[in-house]
This record gives sequence, structure tokens and C-alpha cells, in this order.
Amino acid sequence: MEFPKDLKYTKEHEWVKVEGSIVTVGITDYAQDSLGDVVYVELPQEGVSVTKNEPFGVVESVKAVSDLYSPISGSVHEVNDAIIDSPEAINEDPYGDAWMIRVEIGNPGDLSDLMSSDEYQKFIEEEK
Amino acid sequence: MPVQYRGVIEEHLAVRTACGIFDVSHMGEVEVSGPRAEEAVRLLMTNDIGRVTDGQCQYTLLCYPHGGVVDDTIVYRFNSERFLFCVNASNTDKAFEWIKGQVSDIALVENLSDEYGQIAIQGPNAASILEDLSDVPPSEIKPFHFVMAELAGGIEAIVSRTGYTGEDGFEIYLTPSEAPELWGALMYSGEEFGIAPVGLGARDTLRLEMGYPLYGHELGEGITPIEANLGKYVKLEGREFIGAEALRAQKASGVKKTLIGLKMKDPGIPRAGYEIAKNGEKIGDVVSGTMSPSLKSGIGTGFVEPAFREPGTEIDVVIRGRAAKAEVVKPPFYKRPY
Repeated sequence: MEFPKDLKYTKEHEWVKVEGSIVTVGITDYAQDSLGDVVYVELPQEGVSVTKNEPFGVVESVKAVSDLYSPISGSVHEVNDAIIDSPEAINEDPYGDAWMIRVEIGNPGDLSDLMSSDEYQKFIEEEK
Repeated sequence: MPVQYRGVIEEHLAVRTACGIFDVSHMGEVEVSGPRAEEAVRLLMTNDIGRVTDGQCQYTLLCYPHGGVVDDTIVYRFNSERFLFCVNASNTDKAFEWIKGQVSDIALVENLSDEYGQIAIQGPNAASILEDLSDVPPSEIKPFHFVMAELAGGIEAIVSRTGYTGEDGFEIYLTPSEAPELWGALMYSGEEFGIAPVGLGARDTLRLEMGYPLYGHELGEGITPIEANLGKYVKLEGREFIGAEALRAQKASGVKKTLIGLKMKDPGIPRAGYEIAKNGEKIGDVVSGTMSPSLKSGIGTGFVEPAFREPGTEIDVVIRGRAAKAEVVKPPFYKRPY
């Protein structure tokens, strides 16, 4: 299982990539593996506001529905519509093709409690 | 039995196109025997055991006097003095106590669940895989029949041509300690036929594509077989059994809720507990739902007011507060091509 060093992570198993005032959000390798085959994704519209630690969408595997939690507050700048038609990308390439939303940061302080790759790996070891 | 081995969709499609192997040893087995055993099972069963001969099995419901369902089960008729009910794992104790309570004055009722393991192989290649391992050729076992066979050079087993997937296949009952050996032999023999271990996740999607009921969803103590659209397994004419009176009355007066199959037209997956609505008004509830791996569409079952039961009726499934369009369909959702 991979956890790229250049990403930040949340306890809800999202990854975050910070580039200037925009962050890209997806779910981790660990999350996609725990979910199993992802068959459905629901994402917000561009322009809507998302709130830190609040659901911004859902992913569904064959068996279960899981909320996606926003790692930061801000407004949705871009949505990856391609994964709505091919949700299996979330299993295949969770850090690449299967990014979910790009958010314009509302409050830079929101980034301070995100975990590093090492911290996140420790966190999931403890959660197991 | 794990939820999955390699992935629900992959396992599901293996059963539809090749063969899946299931460790279903958790299922319960209750035997009813003795000179009056047939009289006893007739009293318990909604279906008519008189319609099958020795060596055949039959799907039936066991009902309470009020018509609600104790369990749904396959009954194996060895002869008129020995019958074996294969009951749901979660209902084993309840079903055993129920059967004992009703008929132990006229027959011997035993919970043999610890004496039977069960392995199922299901899929178009199931018969080919069993061919080399069974002293009874699989072609001699007709659907809903069973034989006593010797498998893999010495394992005594009941081999039944039944299943819970809609595919051709077999359910094999054997001594639990011999189950790992048979599992290994089937995996070895099945390798060239694409055999794959299948978990609970795909077991559920396979049965739902066929519209087969699952106790706790389509069936329960508060649901009658008539409401669950299983009337063809309830033989009322000229028969008396536990629940017959209530079911006869319900058939005459009509039901207040009825089970439907539903297929999504909008994106989205129906799930147990979601509301079914029409023109903004609630008309029922989803009891099972999934993304169908064969159809690649959301499918489900639910109970609705009978006015909305006709196939083709447009309904809504309320998914996270939003009405998503669906259509009433008559299961099975999937029809096998052979």
C-alpha cells in the first residue's frame, strides 16, 4: 500500500495535495482497499461551499455507502466528473486519475492538523 | 465465510461465467424422522411435500399460525420417514425450537448443524468440475434432486443440484472435518474451469439478481409468503398446515403491502431502509439493494402498497433526500444464457 510523501492525510482517510491556494482531495489507498469495488460516486457541483470535517460527497461499494469528508473549508473549484462515469478508477489509481475535487482554500489554518504520510501510516496501524 | 476473497464483482462474475465455490457450512440442518415424519413435515410446510419423491428436495416456507415466516428452507426427502431441513444460519436455533415445539410428539427432531459442513459450487462449469470427483455422474442428478455420493476418493456426501445463485450447481453436505479436503479437491479440479472462492458479498448480489428472498429482508416474522410474492410455494388447496388459515384469509382479502423488484433509471443505488415514493408521497420501503454486477445498474426489492406493484410502474427511491427515478420490474433481474 502506498502513501505518497508529498500528500497530507486526514483521519477520515482522505488525501490532500496543496498547491498554492488550491487543494486537491481524494481517498487513500487504504480507504479504497477497505471499501472494495467502488461502483458509485456522488460529488458536489463547482462553486458550492464545503466545510472542514463535513461530508462533501459519497462513495458506494457494492455493499456499503460511505461519506466523503472535506479536509478543509472553502469553495469547490473543480470536480473530477470522469470518476462519476468510471468509479473503478478509485480502486485503480486513488492518488492519480481518481482525485475527486479541487477546493479553493477558505481558511489556511485548516491545513495545520493534517497528517504527514508517516503519521497517517501510524494512525491506520493503530486503527486496525 | 468472509465478505470477499478477491473482490465482490470479480467473484460474482466468476459464478456467472465459470464457477464459484462457497463455504456455506454456517447453514443449519434440522432432521425430522420416524414413522410419522411425513405427517410432521406436512404440518410445518407451506409447500406440498407430497409432490416430490424420495431423493428430491423442495423449497418451502415454515410459517407461524398468523402467517409470518419462521424461516425459508430447502427440505430434503430421503424417504417418508426421514426429512432434512436446511435452514438459515441465523435462524437455526429458532427454527429447531419451533419445529421441535410443533411436532416432537409425533417425530424425532434433531439439530444436526454441527454434523454437517456444506460446500456449494455454482456456475456453468460446476458439473464439469464435479465430474472427475464424484462416483455418481453429475448428469444423473436432476435439478432439485440429490444423491448420496462418494467424492474425491472416499468422502461420503449428500450432493444436491440446488443453489442460491440462479446458476447450475451443487450444494454438498458432508462431515465438517472432511470439508477442507473436499474444498482442496474442488479447487484443484476446478482450476482449469476458472473456479474462484466466493464470499458473502457476492452471495448476496447473486441471489438478489435472481430475486431470491433473504430472511431479514424479504422475509420475516412480520411478513407472510403471500406478501413476499412466494404464493407459488404456498399450496393451500385441500391442505392444512400451520399458518394455512391466516394465509387463506389473506389471499381472499388481499394484502396491504407487496414485494416488488425495482430497477434504477437514474444513477444511484437503492439500499435497505430507503423510502420508496410516488409523486412525493411515501408508498413503501426498500428491503434489499445493490449495484448489479451483471446489469451494471442499481437494483433492489421493496414492499409497497399493492396499487404500485405492476411492472413498468414509475416510482422514486429517496436517496439521501433526493428522489431518484426507478421502475417496478418482475424479478429475476438476470436471466442466465444457457
